[in-house]
Amino acid sequence: MKELTFNEKLERFILNWLFLMIVWVAFTTSFAVAELVTGAIVSMIISLLSIRMFTCCKLSILAPKRIFYMIVYFFVFIIALIKANFDVARRVLTPSLPINPGIVKFKTKLKTDYSKMVLANSITLTPGTLSVDIIDDTFYIHWIDVKTTDPEKAYKDIAWQFEKILLKIF
Amino acid sequence: MIYIIYISFSFMIVGLLLAAIRFIKGPTAGDRTVALDTLTTILVAGLVLLGYVFGRYIYLDVALVYGVLGFIGVIVIARYLEGAL
Amino acid sequence: MSMVFEIIGGALLLIGSIFLFLGGLGIFRMPDVYNRLQAGTKATTLGGMSLILGVGFLMVETNWAWLVKAAIIVIFIAFSNPISSHALARAMYKRKRYPIITSKDENMDAYREAYENEKKEEDA
Repeated sequence: MKELTFNEKLERFILNWLFLMIVWVAFTTSFAVAELVTGAIVSMIISLLSIRMFTCCKLSILAPKRIFYMIVYFFVFIIALIKANFDVARRVLTPSLPINPGIVKFKTKLKTDYSKMVLANSITLTPGTLSVDIIDDTFYIHWIDVKTTDPEKAYKDIAWQFEKILLKIF
Repeated sequence: MIYIIYISFSFMIVGLLLAAIRFIKGPTAGDRTVALDTLTTILVAGLVLLGYVFGRYIYLDVALVYGVLGFIGVIVIARYLEGAL
Repeated sequence: MSMVFEIIGGALLLIGSIFLFLGGLGIFRMPDVYNRLQAGTKATTLGGMSLILGVGFLMVETNWAWLVKAAIIVIFIAFSNPISSHALARAMYKRKRYPIITSKDENMDAYREAYENEKKEEDA
């Protein structure tokens, strides 16, 4: 792992502090002064200790354009999740179980680990697909109803709708 | 309103029973773990609904902790089955 | 206003419980581990999310903290369920429970090759 400069560390620290503070307020659900001060101190200590492990991004992730694409991504994801559920319902309730399973692979254009994690989780929750493994930048996907074994076509079918937004966020 | 809660509980209990049958019957350890994962999620939702029925806020915390513990348990079993533990 | 919240909450409760039931049925009916994971993960994720949010909407008039805590549980479920199913799928492949394949096509299992290469490297 490469050494971080002071500026990078500071950016990660501030981001992590903000995030943990929001989580704290959501957990306690009160705005009393004593609670807020305790939360600020505890989240500061935790984010100081975990600069290397749990933080990922620079402060520029909070730019308005990226936040806008995050909201767009959220809606795309919810629609895909609802479609996936009706797909599962249709397959489960049909007496003959219409499945044609197999494992396909495709290459992704994403670079960072966190974006790959988000993509893999999204793929698991979209219609008929389940991510089995990621080796470097190749995704192996279990597909309940294989339409094509060609990597390019599978990429267009499964990942493109998410990846075109993720490329703009990360 | 009370009928909606009755209907929700009966659907959930039938789902729990089907997953439990798979948990007992499942031919391999992997099948049992998959069933355990499903049981955990259904039970978390059930705890939240019970909290609504009894009007107790603390049930939400219980559900959250149960969800975290179930998630960690499934991850540990998966790592063990993989041979990496 | 309370009527609106009650209608939204009741509808979300019904939808959620139906999808939880479908998750259990999927676990019961599907033929092998990977298909069971598919049905179980997707259906129980949306079912749990919708039911918990429904309870949050029903109680938001009494105490707004219910909706916030329900949102936390929903976010946690949405993150943890796919991760555990991914870990289980990979573990089962490494234990040589290969997925059943019904079609005649040779290329249906693209992971086999990569998995065997990786294993050779480990042995060497």
